[in-house]
Amino acid sequence: MTLYAFYFLSFLAVLGALMVVFSRSPVTSVIFLVMTFFTIACHYMLLNAQFLAAVHVIVYAGAIMVLFLYVIMLLNLNEAVEQQKTLLLKIAAIGTGGLFMIVLSAAMRTAETTYLDTTVAGSARSLGKVLLNEYLLPFEAVSLLLLAAMTGAIMLARPRKQKPAAKDVGALAPEPQSKVEQTESVAHEQ
Amino acid sequence: MNSSLMQNGLALEHYVMLSTALFAIGVMGVLFRRNAIIIFMCIELMLNAVNLLLVAFATFHGDTAGQVFVFFIMAVAAAEVAVGLAILTVLYNKLKTTDIDILSKLKW
Amino acid sequence: MVEHASMWLIPLLPLTGFLIISLLNRRLGHGAVSVIAPGVVFASFLLSVWVLIQLLSDPNKALTATGFTWFAAGTLDVSFSLVADRLAALMMLVITGVGFLIHVYSTGYMHGDEGYNRYFAYLNLFIFFMLMLVMGSNFLLMFVGWEGVGICSYLLIGFWFKNHDYNNAANKAFIMNRIGDLAMILGIILIFVHFGSIDYQDVFPAAALQEGQPIITWIAILLFIGAIGKSAQIPLFTWLPDAMAGPTPVSALIHAATMVTAGVYMIARSNILYTLSPLALAMVAVTGVATALMAATIALRQNDIKKVLAYSTVSQLGLMFVAMGAGAYASGMFHMMTHAFFKALLFLGAGSVIHAMAGEQDIRRMGGLSKHMPVTWITFLVATLAISGIPPLSGFFSKDEILANAFATNIWFWVFAAFASVLTVFYMFRLLFLTFRGEPRMGEGVKQQLHESPRSMTIPLILLAVLSVAGGWINIPTVFGGGHAFSNFLVPVFADSQRIRVAHHVSHTMELTLMGIILALTAIMIVWAYRVYIGLGRVPVQDESTLRGLARLFNRKYFVDEIYDVLIVRPLYGFSRVLYEVVDRSLIDRIVNGTSAVVRGLAHGFRTVQTGNTGVYVFVMAAAVLLLITLKMLVL
Repeated sequence: MTLYAFYFLSFLAVLGALMVVFSRSPVTSVIFLVMTFFTIACHYMLLNAQFLAAVHVIVYAGAIMVLFLYVIMLLNLNEAVEQQKTLLLKIAAIGTGGLFMIVLSAAMRTAETTYLDTTVAGSARSLGKVLLNEYLLPFEAVSLLLLAAMTGAIMLARPRKQKPAAKDVGALAPEPQSKVEQTESVAHEQ
Repeated sequence: MNSSLMQNGLALEHYVMLSTALFAIGVMGVLFRRNAIIIFMCIELMLNAVNLLLVAFATFHGDTAGQVFVFFIMAVAAAEVAVGLAILTVLYNKLKTTDIDILSKLKW
Repeated sequence: MVEHASMWLIPLLPLTGFLIISLLNRRLGHGAVSVIAPGVVFASFLLSVWVLIQLLSDPNKALTATGFTWFAAGTLDVSFSLVADRLAALMMLVITGVGFLIHVYSTGYMHGDEGYNRYFAYLNLFIFFMLMLVMGSNFLLMFVGWEGVGICSYLLIGFWFKNHDYNNAANKAFIMNRIGDLAMILGIILIFVHFGSIDYQDVFPAAALQEGQPIITWIAILLFIGAIGKSAQIPLFTWLPDAMAGPTPVSALIHAATMVTAGVYMIARSNILYTLSPLALAMVAVTGVATALMAATIALRQNDIKKVLAYSTVSQLGLMFVAMGAGAYASGMFHMMTHAFFKALLFLGAGSVIHAMAGEQDIRRMGGLSKHMPVTWITFLVATLAISGIPPLSGFFSKDEILANAFATNIWFWVFAAFASVLTVFYMFRLLFLTFRGEPRMGEGVKQQLHESPRSMTIPLILLAVLSVAGGWINIPTVFGGGHAFSNFLVPVFADSQRIRVAHHVSHTMELTLMGIILALTAIMIVWAYRVYIGLGRVPVQDESTLRGLARLFNRKYFVDEIYDVLIVRPLYGFSRVLYEVVDRSLIDRIVNGTSAVVRGLAHGFRTVQTGNTGVYVFVMAAAVLLLITLKMLVL
């Protein structure tokens, strides 16, 4: 039964991931990514990490993806047509992905698979015990990190006194030099 | 829970395969797409693949440290997303695009 | 060996004088320096007298002052300590005593010179180094002093540094010394290799128990080559006449009384090593006698008052080395002491003359000075009598002893040494007559202002004259019924040598005969010089290029400087020019500049990797990670 659950969830996760990559519209990508996150949360529960599953859903699906969605909506990316890379590059990307899979799984084939009898309780209490005893310093450091990130994000996204005019975009456009692909120049004038 | 997992035939290798698959798809996505936001999302996908593998190891080795590590990775990922999206927003305001081939100022 | 830490004061007082004067240079007035500089030397002199008194009681006594361990490397342990045995005490007295007199003289001679303070700083530093040389307890400390006096000599020869010729002379002195110093270093290294230590109290007693071996001969020869440089023997003597470019008191102190005698002291100190190697002794004697003769012949035809005295110094040093080579170490030291007295006196007198003649040094333009400068004239006469070996002045006893020992070794040594001594009489009296007697040949303006030197200059002259007269009386030989006190005083120093090789002795009759011959020849020379330069009133030719034959050879110093220039100096210059043009410019500069050009080119090429295209970057990153993981897997 657990095995079937595993396979089902895995199938959903991989499907979601593939759709994230290959879907045309960014919003669809976001939705599929949320689906993937949910399946991964279920995987956590399978692995007896209930607390992590809950946190995973809250943080990722609840906060991060929402943020993504906000940004996409804000920038109106849904309507824009994205430039595509050349076919060669796409095949190269797929090839690289495949190679990664092979190499990584080969690298981990020697992973130790000793099964211990002790069950790891993934409850909040046991996790909290370890977290706040041995890993207290990183815990506090992470809070500092979050503070810094918050400050940075606010600083960056503050409205400037003078917004750059549309003409400035032309000045910032790159000179055609990319060997990868010629882009059509700066798009989206207002 | 290990024993019940084992009884069900679930071994660590399963999780390894799943995790590498997700990771590889993430890599592929980063190389495949040109929209910076999508690339960001694929990076999140890669992070999650790693999280999954860490939790799997934690369970199969009986060491809670894996879960703690996941905890921290989540926090860091959240911070990273916040700042990254803020940067993207500012960039979009300037360049009116999120195409990464246009973001090529850092050259010789 | 008695420990007396206060002995440190003897060298340290002049060093302090140097430090004070040099550090407070601009803020010290001439008056203060005139008190400080001679004062510290006089203090050292008094302390040296005290040391001497301490040593009178016991023949084998020596005062030590242990310092710190300078360095210990492997088996070599060098300590910074002083030791004063009778030999060192003698040298200390000469250095500080004559040094003090010359300091006093210099206050008069250098009066008004703008480098007055600097001069006395250097002079004090020289006294310090010379004292280190004689008081050091090991060969390395001697070498420190050796080099130090070389430096002071350089600084003082080129004292009036605005004159390029003087600077060249200073360079010449230092470089020639250096050549000898190389051999000296090798000698010291060999001493360490053979004896395992370079401390006197380890080396000499050990040597006394050994047979003569080739390595000891090598050591002795190498050390002597060092002495050749420092004491201006053939072939490294040409720096001494050029060194006359320095102030005359410097010539008196450094190039007559003390520095150039360092070589003689070194041989006396290492006497056991020389006694064990007859070959080295022979080399010393041959070099000495050849130098004595050659320099004497050159002096016959020199017309600069200081140059005559310089060659005279070289010649007298040769005689000292003849004594050392004959194994008569005490005689050599005795002559060193008397020579210090009368040669310093001669130089100081010459300085007095130059001072009065407003800088003129050519004796062809002097004459009749005895009327205007009586004190200088009398003292100079005394010194000339002393150097000519007229009894009962000091030079008579010292020179006579050397000649007797030379005769005992080999008659030919005596012949040549005697010949050199006889020539000495002639050229010294030539100098005396041309300078002080005869008709005045100077310009009218100079003649009007001829004056005797101030007391600060004449008093040292008088004191040195007294020493020149009486200095020999402490060593009256047994042939005259004397006690030979000086030689007896130094017996403990040379005891081991005497045991191994008893010095030859000349019978009293032989000695008296030899003395008689020399005295007769001396008298003939004086009369001859008088006849030529006073009776006939002959003056050396103005234009030296008209000289021919032997006269030209002597006047042009056997063309030694020219030979060295062609054989050594020019090839070295050419070689260094080749090195500069070819090796330095073409090769090394090209390599250095080429390297930087290559780096720049590579950087230029590598820069282009940074296209700035994020897509490319991501691909490269992914590929690199793949590669790394694969490699790690395969390697593991």
